[in-house]
Amino acid sequence: MSSITDLPNPNRDGREPPTALELKLRRKARISSTIRYTLLTVIGLIMVYPLIWLVGASFKTNAEMFSSPSFWPKDATIQGYIDGWKTSTPYTFGTFFLNSLWIIIPKVIGTAVSCTVVAYGFARFEFPGKKFLFVTVIATLLLPNVVTRIPQYLLFRDIGWLDSFLPLWVPSALAGDAFFVFMVIQFLRAIPRDMEEAARVDGANTFQTLVYIVVPLLMPALISVCLFQFMWTMNDFLGPLIYISSVEKYPVSLALKLSIDATEAFAWNQILAMSVLALAPSLIVFFAAQKYFIDGISAGGVKG
Amino acid sequence: MGGESKYVGLWYVAPYVIGLVLFIAFPFLASFYLSFTDYDLLSSPEWVGTKNYEKLFTRDRTFDKSLKVTLIYVFTTVPLKLAFALFIAVVLNYRLKAINLFRTAYYVPSILGGSIAIAVLWRYIFADTGLVNMAITALGGEPINWFGDPENALFTITLLRCWQFGSAMVIFLAALQSVDKSLYEAAAIDGAGPWRIFRSITLPLITPVIFFNLIMQTVQAFQEFNGPYIITEGGPLKSTYLLPLYIYDEAFKSFDMGYASAIAWVLFAIIMVLTLIAFWSSKKWVYYAGDKRS
Repeated sequence: MSSITDLPNPNRDGREPPTALELKLRRKARISSTIRYTLLTVIGLIMVYPLIWLVGASFKTNAEMFSSPSFWPKDATIQGYIDGWKTSTPYTFGTFFLNSLWIIIPKVIGTAVSCTVVAYGFARFEFPGKKFLFVTVIATLLLPNVVTRIPQYLLFRDIGWLDSFLPLWVPSALAGDAFFVFMVIQFLRAIPRDMEEAARVDGANTFQTLVYIVVPLLMPALISVCLFQFMWTMNDFLGPLIYISSVEKYPVSLALKLSIDATEAFAWNQILAMSVLALAPSLIVFFAAQKYFIDGISAGGVKG
Repeated sequence: MGGESKYVGLWYVAPYVIGLVLFIAFPFLASFYLSFTDYDLLSSPEWVGTKNYEKLFTRDRTFDKSLKVTLIYVFTTVPLKLAFALFIAVVLNYRLKAINLFRTAYYVPSILGGSIAIAVLWRYIFADTGLVNMAITALGGEPINWFGDPENALFTITLLRCWQFGSAMVIFLAALQSVDKSLYEAAAIDGAGPWRIFRSITLPLITPVIFFNLIMQTVQAFQEFNGPYIITEGGPLKSTYLLPLYIYDEAFKSFDMGYASAIAWVLFAIIMVLTLIAFWSSKKWVYYAGDKRS
């Protein structure tokens, strides 16, 4: 569809007056981009408006919440934030954010380290069973978690890990997120091996080569891995729902569900205020590093 | 990099192998076994043969309903989402100055969409006097009973997932941008119009990513949990009671691990069969040009 304006223009230097065909093409191109801009802007606004409304509504009073579609609060108040932060439990949202962080940080580190090591093994070495193991990476990518979830739960129950963060950390630290393994392998395959071979000739062993040569080259991919894992873990609901039972260990996602159950009937602004806070870390990380998201997703193809 | 033992690579992939055995392979087989047992967590699993499956297919009205809404959900959400993602990607694939701005704006919902906070937001904007109904009223329409009417509730979840079309769109856009421009020029010189060019050149060239998106989105849609759990709580009248929700309730509320495993295996079998059909049919419609990435 972008064909028309991509036609080579022999008169670009402007020495000859434009022909009738050219004028027509230019006009068409101008109309086309106007239509595109209008369409994209309208759809974009419709899409983003619920988020803008959410932020505005979190500063509204409960009375005003459902009275107007405007996002702008008439009597702005931060009462929703103050009351919402306290929650109906003995803990504040501060505890829940710390819990989320305490789930996320080890999980992200474990993912990055294990994926790097495993991807290095797959992308740079030949070993018996490699083909089969690589097929399992792809198969795991497509395997619905729903079919492994119950025995996983029973396994973690039997080794006494329920109501701890271990079921959330350990599988990721053993390269359990096939998607990331796959993404790093793809990235690594595209990197020429010259520098690694030079390092090996100079006497570095495979592990030193990995740490000093491969890891720096992999950095962009690893940043993408960390960012996606951060985001997904922040948003993860089902994992904590199954494994975490005491409120003091709740991450933000479970705490939000708890506040819906406890206060939705009368305190909408509290819930919306806490929703804004729950979204804030992901939004900040995304806008600080969007390049890595778009690159990561275009390179590997991402769920979501 | 020769020289070292042929087992060096195995050491590097060892963490993956351990994880694969412990958290994927063993649970996969165990859940198949469990689906033929009665297991309430208190006593050990008791072998009951195909009883769970018989009950599922002959006597379980809830399963029939749940399976039906799951299929409706998947077969409306995936095509809608992909069509919308492709449409926006095509509109964006033009020499627009603001392409990155738009790409970012459209991608934000994908980043946030999985969050419980967004599901919470959905409850508010589709409430009886919520944002959506206020907009409909302002445009002169009748407000819609989104959550009270079994006809509409499922659609709010479909809309939520379509709203997150961004990641599929980014993949489409990357594919569109990699299409060789000279093909367009040649077609335009031969007198082909924009629609003809799209159908005969663009579309065939991006079938590999259409296929990829189709598989990933379908597998994902079959496992939708957060939406119905938070937004509609499976209701009204089980009209949003998707299979993952049913499995969760059977396993972690009724503690009927055997029955829940049987439902999970039926869900898995459906996903498997559809994926195999997709792979098999892909030979007929997915076009791989030379060494183009799939």
